Amino acid sequence: MKAGTGVKQVHLAAHFPGVNNTTVWSDPRAGSHIEFSSFAHFARTAERAKFDFLFLAEGLRLREQNDQIYDLDVVGRPDTFTILAALAAVTDRLGLAGTINSTFNEPYEVARQFATLDHLSAGRAAWNVVTSWDAFTGENFRRAGFLPQEARYERARAFLATVLELLDTWHGDEVIADPADGRFLSRAGAGTFAHTGNHFDIAGQFDVPRSPQGRPVIFQAGDSDEGREFAAAAADAIFSRHATLEAGQRFYADVKGRLAAYGRSPGQLKILPAATFVLAPTDEQARELAHEVRLQQVSGATATAFLEQVWNRDLSAYDPDGPLPDIDPEPGENVTARGRASVRMYRDPIATAREWRDRAQAKDLSIRELIIEVTGRQSFIGSPATVAATINDFVQADASDGFILVPHITPGGLDEFADTVVPLLQERGVYRTEYDSTTLREHLGLEVRR
Amino acid sequence: MTVSGAGRLHLAAALDGAGWHPAAWREPGARPAELLTARYWANLVTEAERGLLDFVTLEDALSLQSDSQHQPDARTDRVRGRLDAVLVAARVAPLTSHIGLIPTVTVTHTEPFHISTAIATLDWVSSGRAGVRVKVSARQDEFGHFGRRTLPDGPQAVSDLFAEAVDYVEVVRRLWDSWEDDAEIRDAATGRFIDRDKLHYIDFSGRWFSVKGPSITPRPPQGQPIVSALAHRDIAYQLLASSADVGFITPRDAASAAAVVAELASLQAAAGRAGEPVQLFADLLVFLDDSTTAAAQRRSRLDDLAGEPYRSDAQTFTGTPAELADLILQWQSAGLTGFRLRPAAIPHDLAQITRALVPELQRRGAFRLEYSAPAQPSRPPSLRRLLGLPRPANRYAEAQ
Repeated sequence: MKAGTGVKQVHLAAHFPGVNNTTVWSDPRAGSHIEFSSFAHFARTAERAKFDFLFLAEGLRLREQNDQIYDLDVVGRPDTFTILAALAAVTDRLGLAGTINSTFNEPYEVARQFATLDHLSAGRAAWNVVTSWDAFTGENFRRAGFLPQEARYERARAFLATVLELLDTWHGDEVIADPADGRFLSRAGAGTFAHTGNHFDIAGQFDVPRSPQGRPVIFQAGDSDEGREFAAAAADAIFSRHATLEAGQRFYADVKGRLAAYGRSPGQLKILPAATFVLAPTDEQARELAHEVRLQQVSGATATAFLEQVWNRDLSAYDPDGPLPDIDPEPGENVTARGRASVRMYRDPIATAREWRDRAQAKDLSIRELIIEVTGRQSFIGSPATVAATINDFVQADASDGFILVPHITPGGLDEFADTVVPLLQERGVYRTEYDSTTLREHLGLEVRR
Repeated sequence: MTVSGAGRLHLAAALDGAGWHPAAWREPGARPAELLTARYWANLVTEAERGLLDFVTLEDALSLQSDSQHQPDARTDRVRGRLDAVLVAARVAPLTSHIGLIPTVTVTHTEPFHISTAIATLDWVSSGRAGVRVKVSARQDEFGHFGRRTLPDGPQAVSDLFAEAVDYVEVVRRLWDSWEDDAEIRDAATGRFIDRDKLHYIDFSGRWFSVKGPSITPRPPQGQPIVSALAHRDIAYQLLASSADVGFITPRDAASAAAVVAELASLQAAAGRAGEPVQLFADLLVFLDDSTTAAAQRRSRLDDLAGEPYRSDAQTFTGTPAELADLILQWQSAGLTGFRLRPAAIPHDLAQITRALVPELQRRGAFRLEYSAPAQPSRPPSLRRLLGLPRPANRYAEAQ
């Protein structure tokens, strides 16, 4: 039920705590990242809070640093599709979104997995389409594919288009299953396809009849110009980075502005930044708690490791509670940290190093303190009332259409948000009190394709 | 009355669509319009669990069902369209608690890394009840769906596909062992989540693929989920001998069952696996009714609807549950671990298995009365335990 007609509604979703230093595994409340009970707890909380969907990231190679498996963050996770299918059994309405790579898969298989997930969840499947480019990840796969970076989006576009083409080979009216006259299909040749292109040359018959949503909700993650264009052309939602209100508004206007060129309207692409949060009874308490969480997230060892990723060299000789190294980063290809996306954030490591050194000197910060500062504080810090108001402000000011919340504790990190912030958003009339639809596409206010 | 030790009978049901007979979907009680729903599969697996079966297998392929072995047919009078079996197994796992779940996976076109983590995850989701049935694809149409290579002609091509399957299972198994059981340490003092000395690169390199590892998924509860395959002849028996825990075979009688048992034993000895004998299940397609006549009549009615007699690769049994119990106990003495029953029509023949055959076997003291085995707190329930198989040691931990 939607209250407050005419007021823009907030969309909320939950990101299962991931393999990164946002997730605090050392907290006494932290549970398993593998056992199904953690996923079930998390999903049930999200559904209790009437969230649009739960989101799972993917990993295809364990991250390494200095040629060793990186051991400071959570390591290991289950297979995305398998967990989402199991979660469909313990939820009724919650959307089930997963990151699935377009480099180390083939369209026929991914199409049947998403069509299956959509059938088994009665229309709740979503796909965050990502690409890989590195030979490092490729070492785990037959394809062993190394893609030049500029070919990544081309392959992703072709992959997505091919999957959608396969899904569309069934129109929804083929299965009649009439025992009396013995006709199971209304026509022969359902599922027939032939696709020829630079990346895929395939033909035959797709074997999963049309699913409730027709196609999964399509996400695109990433802020690059190519990524924005890809999203404007083909995605239903963007999974972006959280930023300031003004930067969010610029991003929102930019991306929504690109839609017209593809014959789409602004409502057909939702902007959903990932956001972390820290809640406490008062704003002051929340600020204190937020600092404690930052200390948990960035241990001395994590700070050194993070610095090494920018410096591109072994810095284990430096004390994380001491000053920054006076040597410059190693130029060239980053060989220190492999298998993580964040490395590419710093395109000019020498300039970054200079800027960080100046900042640390000016404020007398140790390595650890500096890393705590530069790796960003939590997105929303405050009392439930403050956080609810801030979230609503962002949405009403068109800095986003809602948020994908990233708790730092597994599996209970969402509970407090569900219990305290959600009711306040509901009171404001900007958030549903009950699901009024069954499919994820409808939850998100997207066009349902038949 | 308890049944214990060697000779304990194991039973499984092979689930496929509305049943194995092509006209099964037209039977009263069939739910042909629900074959793509979660509820349908949850009901079937729950029914199998009600019958205390060891496991269900779920059929699958990377092509639309077809009466042709190599290409699609244009039939509209038979069940067409299906769901990915691994995901169906995952979907029903949280709704069941004892029964093993063995989806079919085509190894020819898929990534061993993805399948290893998917089955490991199925094992986590089901608390130790996962297996996989590996299947080789020699269908021209499936090669066309992937477009990466073409199916070569000749017997060498098929033999290569099976050799690739052996490599595939090797990679899947190494990945399952690539994390030692106690690799996750969560040592707050040193900030280390894992002990990385307990994670292992598998460094597999073969003719068809190389895989570095380690897995992204920790070692599953069973250590090694059950690997199984269906085998009709020597080349597939080789795959069983080298790679499988469980084999599905298609003997015509007790004597031919005994011959396969013997052949497998010698192949396993040659492969250096004599110490871990493959558990052999005979496949039987079953039409079960209260009287032999009723079963025969139903079979011929279904054949009439289909327009031709149904020919199965497995021996077909038509009769009463008591007669089937006789046959099962007679064949079992050939050295079989159990039987994988293919219900001709669902729900009818599945319910006959769970509600008539199983009670009949229980009356004869030949089948378990409940799932729970004698208390062994150190070993939680699992499919391996149900089958009487040990939890294997980790190959990498042993090497140290």
